[in-house]
Amino acid sequence: MAIALDVALAHLTSRKRQTLVSLTGVVLGVAFFLAVSSLMRGSEKDFIKRLVDNSPHITVYDEVRQGRTQPAELRWPDAAVTVHNVKPLNETRGIRGWPQRLALIEAVPGLRAAPVLAGTAVLTFAGREQGVTLSGAVPEKMKQVTVIEEKMIAGSLDALSANPNGVVVGKGLVDKFSLHMGSTLNVRAADGSSRALRVVGIFRTGNAAYDEGQAFVLLKRAQALLGRENRVNRVIIQLEDPYAAQRVAQAIESATGYKSVSWIEASEDILSLLLVRNVIMYSVVSAILVVAAFGIYNTISTIVMEKTRDIAIMKSMGFHARDLRRIFLLEGLIVGVLGSGLGVLLGMLLMEVLGRVEIRPPGVSEVVHLPLWWGLEQYALAAAFAMLSCLAASYLPARRAGRVHPVDILRGAA
Amino acid sequence: MSASTPVIRVEHVTRTLAGEVPVTLVEDASLEIERGEFVCVMGPSGSGKSSLLYLLGLLDTPTRGRIWIDGEDTSDFDDDRLTGLRLAKLGYVFQFHFLLAEFSALDNVSLPIRKLGRCSDEVARERAAQMLDRLGLEGQHHKRPSQLSGGQRQRVAIARSLANDPLVILADEPTGNLDSASSANVRDILRTLTRELNKTVVAVTHDSNFASVADRRIGIVDGRIDMGWRPA
Repeated sequence: MAIALDVALAHLTSRKRQTLVSLTGVVLGVAFFLAVSSLMRGSEKDFIKRLVDNSPHITVYDEVRQGRTQPAELRWPDAAVTVHNVKPLNETRGIRGWPQRLALIEAVPGLRAAPVLAGTAVLTFAGREQGVTLSGAVPEKMKQVTVIEEKMIAGSLDALSANPNGVVVGKGLVDKFSLHMGSTLNVRAADGSSRALRVVGIFRTGNAAYDEGQAFVLLKRAQALLGRENRVNRVIIQLEDPYAAQRVAQAIESATGYKSVSWIEASEDILSLLLVRNVIMYSVVSAILVVAAFGIYNTISTIVMEKTRDIAIMKSMGFHARDLRRIFLLEGLIVGVLGSGLGVLLGMLLMEVLGRVEIRPPGVSEVVHLPLWWGLEQYALAAAFAMLSCLAASYLPARRAGRVHPVDILRGAA
Repeated sequence: MSASTPVIRVEHVTRTLAGEVPVTLVEDASLEIERGEFVCVMGPSGSGKSSLLYLLGLLDTPTRGRIWIDGEDTSDFDDDRLTGLRLAKLGYVFQFHFLLAEFSALDNVSLPIRKLGRCSDEVARERAAQMLDRLGLEGQHHKRPSQLSGGQRQRVAIARSLANDPLVILADEPTGNLDSASSANVRDILRTLTRELNKTVVAVTHDSNFASVADRRIGIVDGRIDMGWRPA
C-alpha cells in the first residue's frame, strides 16, 4: 500500500494544475452541497417547528372516521351487506362523556390536554358585524396547550375566569371595529341567541385571518351561547415529543373512538411537498458533485494515458494488475478525501456567512436570520457522496491501467 | 535441481500474433542458457530478436512450446505467478531507460525491492544506495532522471534490474541510445555481472562491439533461430 500511495502522490503532484482543478471541483461541490442542504433543511425544520409550536399536536374531534356500523353489518360480518336509506341520528353534537374521556387522555404520560367547545358566531359592534370562530375554553388548561397567552398584547386568558362575560379577541378584529379593552360587543349564535360580552384581552399572532376570526370565552359561556350544555367538541393536546403525535393520536382514537388528528396527518400535503423539495434539492446539489467527478475522470484518464509506459515497466518489473489498479483508485481517493475535507470547511464558512444574513420581512419589525441546519448527517452525506463520485470516476481508468500489456507498449516504444 | 540445470530452457516455442493475417514473431525456437552466460541475440531488423527476449523474460506467453526458468516449467503459470517470478528472478534493461520520472534514482532502484517486500523500506533504500554506488553513481542518489546524463540513466536502469538479485538480466538494445563511451561502460558492467556475480545476461543488440564480449551469439532470422547467422 505504501508503494501505491507513493506512486499515486507522485502522479498527482507532478500534474499540479490538473490536480488542483479536480480538487477544486470536489471542494466546491461539497461546499455548495452543504450550504444548500443546510438552508433547505433549516427552512424545513423552521417551518415544521412553527407548525408544531403554533398548532395543536393532536386534536380530538367529535367525529368518527368511519360511519357507525349498522346492526346488519354486525350480525353478518363476513357477508356482503348493503344498507340503503340510512338516516343519521338527530343528536346534539359533541364528545359524549367528555370529562371521562379527557381523564382517559390525560392519563397518557407526556401530554397536556384542554377541552374546547368551538362554534361559529357573529360579533356585532357599532353597526358592524364579523363572523368568528368562538372557542369556549378553560383558561388554565388552554394556556398549557396553546401559545395564545404568549401572544397577548393586552389583558390575559385568566381574565376570563374573573369575568365570565369576558371575551378575548384578536388585534385584527380590534383594528377593524376600533375596539379597546373594556369595549362591549354583542355575540350572536347561529340559533339567534345573543349575549353582550366585554373585551378583557387582546392577542396578536401575526396571522391576519386568525387575528380577525378567532375569539375566546369561558367554556360555560360558550356552552350556553351555542346551546350545547355540558358539551365540548374538541380536545386539544400538546405533547412533550411532537414527533410521537401520529402514534399517540392513533392510541387515543382507539381508546376513545373519536377521530384524533395529529399535526402530521393534518399537514400531510405540506410534509409530502417538503419531501419532494428535499429530493429535488439533493438531486441538484449531487449533480454538482457528479460534474466534479467527470473532472477527476478526465485527470486520471489523462494520467493513465501518459503513464502507459511507466505502467508497462512496473508490470514488467513485477507489479500485478491489481497493484496498478490500486494506484489509480488511490489517486481518486486522495482527491476525494482532500476535497471532502476542504469542502466541509468551506461549506461551514458559507453556512456561517449565510447565517449572518439579516432579513426584514414586510410588516415585521424584528430582524430575522436565515434558518440553517447544522446537523452532522449532512456532512457525512456530502463527504460520502464526494468519495463515491471520486472512486467511481477513477474506477474505469484504473481498470484500464490494470489491463495494460507490457509487451504491446514495449514493442511500440522499441 | 542439479548444478547443470540451465537457467533458461526453451523448447519448440512459437509466438504468433492473431489477426486477419496472423504474424509469426518467433517460430519453433529451442535453446538453453546456462547460469553465468553472457548471450547476445542478434539478427536483422524485424527478425524477432526482441520478441524472443520478451518470451524468455516472461513478458509474453508463447502460442506453442514451453519455457523453463531456473528449472520451473512456466507453461501453466497464471499471470500472478509469472509476475511473481519476474519480480524475484528476472531483471530488465531496455533501450530507453524507462525510469519513473517523478522518482529519484534511489527511489527508482528501491521500488522493486520494496515491492518484493522481504525487507523494510529503509533497508530497501540502503540496498538501492549500495547498488548505485557499485555502478559509479555516488552522489546521484537523489537526482531525478531528468537531471542525469543518458549513460547515468542507463546505469540507474541497470541498478534497478539488479535490485532483487535476479538470476537473469534481460537487456533489449541496452546501448541503443548511448554514445560509444557510455556504451562501452554499460557493456563492461554487464560483462562484470556475469564474471563476478555469476549473473546470466541475455542481451538483444545490433552493436558488434557490445556483442564482442558475449560468451555466445544467437542469430535469429525471420523468427527462426539461425546459429550460423553472422552480422554483415
